[in-house]
Amino acid sequence: MALQVVTANRIGDGTVVYLTRVGGWSERITDGEVSRSDEERDTLMAVAQATAEIPEVVEPYLIDVVEEAGVIRPVRYREAIRAQGPPVHPAFGQQAEEG
Amino acid sequence: MYRYDEYDQTLVDERVRQFRGQVARRLAGELTEDEFKPLRLMNGLYLQLHAYMLRVAIPYGLLSAVQMRKLAHIARRYDRGYGHFTTRQNIQYNWPKLEDTPDILAELASVEMHAIQTSGNSFRNTTTDQYAGVAADEIEDPRVYCEIIRQWSTLHPEFSFLPRKFKIAVTGAPNDRAAVRLHDIGLIMRRGDAGETGFEVIVGGGQGRTPFVGPTIREFLPKKHLLSYLEAIMRVYNQLGRRDNLFKARIKILVHEVGAEKITEMVEEEWRHIKDGALDLPKEEVERIRAHFAPPPYETLAAAQPAFEEKKRADGAFATWADTNVAAHKVPGYAIVNLSLKPVGGIPGDATADQMDAVADLAEHYSFGEIRVTHEQNLVLGDVRRTDLHALWRKLRDIGMATPNLGLISDIIACPGLDYCGLANARSIPVAQRISNRFADLKRQHDIGELKIKISGCINACGHHHVGHIGILGLDRKGEEYYQITLGGSADQDAAIGKIVGPAFSSEAVVDAVETVVNTYVELRQNGERFVDTYRRVGKEPFKERLYAAA
Amino acid sequence: MPLLRDGALVDDPWVTVDDGTQLPMDGPAIVSLERWQAHRDELLGRNAPLGIRLKSDQPPALIADDLDRFAVVALEFPVFRDGRAYSYARLLRERYGYRGEVRAVGEVLRDQFLFMLRCGFDALEVRDEKAVDQWREAVSEISVVYQPAADSQTPVWALRHRRSAAE
Ligand code: HEM
Ligand code: SF4
Repeated sequence: MALQVVTANRIGDGTVVYLTRVGGWSERITDGEVSRSDEERDTLMAVAQATAEIPEVVEPYLIDVVEEAGVIRPVRYREAIRAQGPPVHPAFGQQAEEG
Repeated sequence: MYRYDEYDQTLVDERVRQFRGQVARRLAGELTEDEFKPLRLMNGLYLQLHAYMLRVAIPYGLLSAVQMRKLAHIARRYDRGYGHFTTRQNIQYNWPKLEDTPDILAELASVEMHAIQTSGNSFRNTTTDQYAGVAADEIEDPRVYCEIIRQWSTLHPEFSFLPRKFKIAVTGAPNDRAAVRLHDIGLIMRRGDAGETGFEVIVGGGQGRTPFVGPTIREFLPKKHLLSYLEAIMRVYNQLGRRDNLFKARIKILVHEVGAEKITEMVEEEWRHIKDGALDLPKEEVERIRAHFAPPPYETLAAAQPAFEEKKRADGAFATWADTNVAAHKVPGYAIVNLSLKPVGGIPGDATADQMDAVADLAEHYSFGEIRVTHEQNLVLGDVRRTDLHALWRKLRDIGMATPNLGLISDIIACPGLDYCGLANARSIPVAQRISNRFADLKRQHDIGELKIKISGCINACGHHHVGHIGILGLDRKGEEYYQITLGGSADQDAAIGKIVGPAFSSEAVVDAVETVVNTYVELRQNGERFVDTYRRVGKEPFKERLYAAA
Repeated sequence: MPLLRDGALVDDPWVTVDDGTQLPMDGPAIVSLERWQAHRDELLGRNAPLGIRLKSDQPPALIADDLDRFAVVALEFPVFRDGRAYSYARLLRERYGYRGEVRAVGEVLRDQFLFMLRCGFDALEVRDEKAVDQWREAVSEISVVYQPAADSQTPVWALRHRRSAAE
């Protein structure tokens, strides 16, 4: 069973966010709640869909991740770029804050 | 340039109010994303990888200094201090907030601008020759007709839900600088038998997944019939264009499946019913619009400018720039100046807010306050006195826009690619930067001569790779970025789709591969041949051999 | 479904009869193109008004010769993105001179009302009654038109010169 987290863009400013343990959204993938089974995945998506209807976020979807020493990383390169910010602009996105 | 009257202004103001309402309904949860999406797209607002993206229309690429300053202001106040000029002569902002977009659109409306139909399945910004109105080889100024088309196609009630987006390009010159054969409709101004001007009509060109050079469906259309003929084409397309498959929905597929002859028949039949009717613009209206494009108050200058020639002799760097980035103007003593947005190692098409402000100042000082955006992602000052060229050049150097590389290997078109774009397979910008760095030596660039590299991050071909002399297409191979190389494409009057040279290259190998192609050309070229000339003479085999020799 | 005409909810005397269903003996009925083509004589023999419903791949050319037999032509929007019926409505009005009701059915959303009116629709079957409140704003929020269509609005290029001629 692949590990997954739910991601989306925040409705107001479009920022990339991840669904957290408490059902909120964080800009850091590491705060993301990881699903490890089909049921967990369905629960997460149900929570995400509910907040999308408010609307808090836009178009939530699942991405595959790996977890190493408590750090969550996306599997796909596209999602790594989404999580970090554009490689050609190191000053923008999460990458800027990690220095 | 065209200035709004009260009607034009009312429309954009109303549109801002309308969009403000739509955004409010979306934020209140009254509209689902599915319902809101087409509405925001009709106003140029996308959702990309990192954020929303706003595409602002620059009608046929023409901007006033005042408008350019407003674009700079928007970049500073609502975005992150920069914007990206696109191959469709528009500008994109990569970080706007949905909540701010109504305010941004209101700012734009205050300088007669908008983002209407810069996205979505309707008419897009009509594009043209960046030298329109000043080119020495021009039959007639196409911008008059671009503006007529702009108005007719704005919020067209019948054609706002087409099968797919629709792009029209117009050129007034035989040398095609607007890639008209690669548009849904291309219009080329021609002379009729009695010397009157009209249009050759081309339908069904395009790039994307299935590139086509469009066929001509009418050799000569008298100008007065322009809108009725366009409406006939659109009506045929709106009814028959495929709606079952997004990838087959463009008019090029319809033309390809039905055949150009049959399409012509259907268009002509539809046109028979609507020609000579309400769509014939009154003469006064054409003249009113034409008056907006009247030539600026040029001074009477000598064609020969000894002072300019003297400066060229004295300053080699200036001479190189003047020979490369300056084009002939139809009025003696004037020149067309290209501002390169392709500094060595830079991001093609990006400009900072400070650069935009500086360009606005230069335009006011040197070029009657007007700026043009080119489909090759550069800027143009169209009306500069030759005697001012040296001073202008020095100021352009100060703001990093004097790289003498127009049409050379580092004048690369690149789409946003995976750095920003949600549809991308691979990054485009870093490849452009690496190629630009590899060939940073200007002497070498000039020795290589005209060579157009165009890079897209996926098959949608926003970076025009199909028509690059060297085209580069990003692929995703099991999660790794790979790049396919095509050779021999062209977007000019001799438009051609490039041919895939062989298996794709990894990200590390692709710049070496480009260099191998270039070196092969340099060895094979005969007296003064450009890259495409050599390619057309020898074909792809010699390049292929060299590229894959080791394998 | 609620029916809007000129911004007001109106009673809808018409029933849309599915192909598999028995046609009612009397009362106005809207039938499919298929039923019309298969049972033309039977339908004409009924002593009640007849309407026809066209799917988005059924252009009005298919019924052009029979238009005077229909009091309603309903044009379907299977999804709002499918814009074929805008052309069909204009053809009905402008090419075939049809004067009966042209009704928009299917996915008919507030932000399309204005385009629909401009193309010659005069009745809209809407999702819910909220549409009545949305109507006024929807059809008046853009007052400038740049092109002639099936409605009576004058494009600005004519207005401009009308005014300057009067000055
Ligand atoms: C970043 C967001 C963008 C998205 C999501 C996007 C999406 C697309 C798609 C889906 C197509 C294929 C359409 C088709 O074949 O039917 C396309 C084509 C195209 N786009 Fe983009 N694009 C983006 C940015 C750009 C930019 C920045 C430019 C200009 C530099 C551009 C210019 C074009 C052009 C010239 C074409 C090909 C011509 C044609 O329409 O056939 N696009 N785009
Ligand atoms: S070509 Fe592909 S990757 Fe590049 S901008 Fe267009 S859609 Fe995005």
